Amino acid sequence: MRKCALANKNALLAAMAKTAKLYVPTDGADEKSRDVNSRLAGAYYAEWKDGAELSKKLNTTRSPKDFFFPQTENMMTFKMTGKKLEIFDTRREHENFILFGVKACDVRSFTVLDNVFLTDPVDSYYANRRAHGTIVSMACTKPAGTCFCRTFGIDAADPEGDVVCWEDAEWIYLTAKTEKGEKLMAALADVTEECADDAADAVKTLVNERLDKLPLADLKSDAFGGGKTDTFFNDPAWNELSEACLGCGTCTFVCPTCQCYDIKDFNTGREVIRFRCWDSCMYSDFTMMAHGTNRPNHVQRFRQRFMHKLVYYPENNGGLFSCVGCGRCLSRCPISMNIVKVMKKLGGNKNAE
Amino acid sequence: MLSEFKMPKEALIPVIGEVTDIRIDTPDVKTFRVVTPDGKKAFDHMPGQCAMLSVPGVGEAMFSITSSPTNTEYMEFSIKKCGCVTDWLHQMEVGQQITIRGPYGNAFPVDTAFAGKDMLFIAGGIGLAPLRSVINYCRHYRDRYGKIDIVYGSRSRADLVDYNEILTEWMTDDGINVHLTIDREEEGWDGHVGFVPNYVKELGFSTDKTAILCGPPIMIKFTLAGLQELGFAKEQVYTTLELRMKCGIGKCGRCNVGSKYVCKDGPVFRCDEIDELPDEY
Ligand SMILES: Cc1cc2nc3c(=O)[nH]c(=O)nc-3n(C[C@H](O)[C@H](O)[C@H](O)COP(=O)(O)OP(=O)(O)OC[C@H]3O[C@@H](n4cnc5c(N)ncnc54)[C@H](O)[C@@H]3O)c2cc1C
Ligand code: SF4
Ligand code: SF4
Ligand code: FES
Repeated sequence: MRKCALANKNALLAAMAKTAKLYVPTDGADEKSRDVNSRLAGAYYAEWKDGAELSKKLNTTRSPKDFFFPQTENMMTFKMTGKKLEIFDTRREHENFILFGVKACDVRSFTVLDNVFLTDPVDSYYANRRAHGTIVSMACTKPAGTCFCRTFGIDAADPEGDVVCWEDAEWIYLTAKTEKGEKLMAALADVTEECADDAADAVKTLVNERLDKLPLADLKSDAFGGGKTDTFFNDPAWNELSEACLGCGTCTFVCPTCQCYDIKDFNTGREVIRFRCWDSCMYSDFTMMAHGTNRPNHVQRFRQRFMHKLVYYPENNGGLFSCVGCGRCLSRCPISMNIVKVMKKLGGNKNAE
Repeated sequence: MLSEFKMPKEALIPVIGEVTDIRIDTPDVKTFRVVTPDGKKAFDHMPGQCAMLSVPGVGEAMFSITSSPTNTEYMEFSIKKCGCVTDWLHQMEVGQQITIRGPYGNAFPVDTAFAGKDMLFIAGGIGLAPLRSVINYCRHYRDRYGKIDIVYGSRSRADLVDYNEILTEWMTDDGINVHLTIDREEEGWDGHVGFVPNYVKELGFSTDKTAILCGPPIMIKFTLAGLQELGFAKEQVYTTLELRMKCGIGKCGRCNVGSKYVCKDGPVFRCDEIDELPDEY
């Protein structure tokens, strides 16, 4: 393990930025900015600039999934001349980049997405970005009331990532967990110093104590998982739960693990660009076909999102849930519906104590 | 840049397909022959598998490959006109280039579960498209299968897809019985009149056959019930599911039903497997 004095954090980030494009959580609310993201009140990932203040907020409003699976992404272009057609592969090798300060829940969300996009046939757009991104995670010293990462076995005191960091009042501690991480640590040798391997233990203990006291600390996931379709699919509670849902899709868009997408063509007049963009199973036209849709009412669409996260995905991915307890949907839903309410209502006494 | 990074092959990037023949089957179904610009088959497939065809700027859509894998020269698609992409395909001319990618989905178990069996094919309307591939595969490897019965129905005689091939090839084969039916009486039609499910019950097949059902959801539902009345078990009956698709490779989430993705785990299902899915297809 190595450490760097908090007073030198800017030098540490500068050393990282020398190796690759560096993105850090930044506070928005700059109303005059031309960048839509930075006009918003919440934190967002922005390219690091020398001397920049990092956000003190626990997490970014939008998840960092954009870096690997952007909201819209051009995939290829076509040219049509008479009856003839040309296809252009517009993919280019992505530049190297570093995401700094990713929280444990969001780091796990990359594993959830990997299971979808990196299994055969590999999604090359995602694989390209993933191969060039280095994740520097940060233990959460101030978890929030909406956090429930532990429910899914995620350790906010000791996150996954290429390099993991912990902060106390004086120091930032760093350790590499992967080969990519070791490469980055080597580049930081001049701005960090060797320290004992247990140097961050006090921070870990503190984080764990705080996690114990969170309002959702007792939320259990063991009633859910693969093979539970019959247990939950026809539960009458879905009617009540979905009643007020607007089908706005906000929960899917802020969610780090939601991965449904649409493929569309845009004709610029000179060429046709085929792009993909995020979509939502909460939308009524998501499954629309010529002879109708297989989910004509909203109860079914609402159920799909949660059944997928809590039952279908785990069934196909060795028990891993497709929710990481980041709490974004808890604070963003306009009618205050969320996965915690769904789990409490459906899981009820089916959860082990 | 990472020196070791190699851009993987991308399933979503199609290849060019050239339309070399267009056959008008019915007032709203045409069959298109597609090859690569150098005149070859775009890729190999098995009966029941599908391909994504697209007209850039209009969109992409999934279609069953209706030609048999034993045809090594080209692929055929029987396409019903019903929206943006299909309208465009219907108005194009021979020589037009479109895009094609695939093959997608599982296939009918023609070399395993079907081997040595008496086969009963039941299709309604455009549902013949996926079945034609299996039927012609079975005809090609005739000695691997027992007796073949084909029940095919549509609204009217004009709506029977690929009527000519049925008349001149299937009906003249030994050991193949073709039973055609249309919904309403029609001048010049001396064949059977009535809906497919009822006709199947009237014909009363012996229950040692393997049945494959394709057609509109309502036809599948009633025909399956009819077969069960005759004593068929769900394990003997295969069908295909049709859900909205975009990627075709189990990633975009659109065709997800329960823990299955119809584009990858289907479209072919045994009827008892369908029972295990949540009721949402
Ligand atoms: C596995 C599979 C195999 C298929 N095989 C054939 C075939 O062999 N021959 C054939 O004619 N058709 C087949 N289809 C249906 C075909 O994909 C649709 O008819 C086609 O997508 C309609 O596209 P469009 O752009 O013309 O219609 P759009 O303009 O997109 O829409 C017209 C209507 O069709 C609906 N639609 C869009 N996508 C689909 C879809 N995938 N399935 C059904 N309706 C859809 C729209 O919601 C709308 O209501 C198959 C579909 C699947 C999933
Ligand atoms: S649960 Fe909330 S955020 Fe999600 S679609 Fe419904 S109303 Fe929108
Ligand atoms: S469902 Fe909600 S809490 Fe779970 S990962 Fe998605 S946004 Fe976060
Ligand atoms: S079509 Fe995308 S998951 Fe099946």
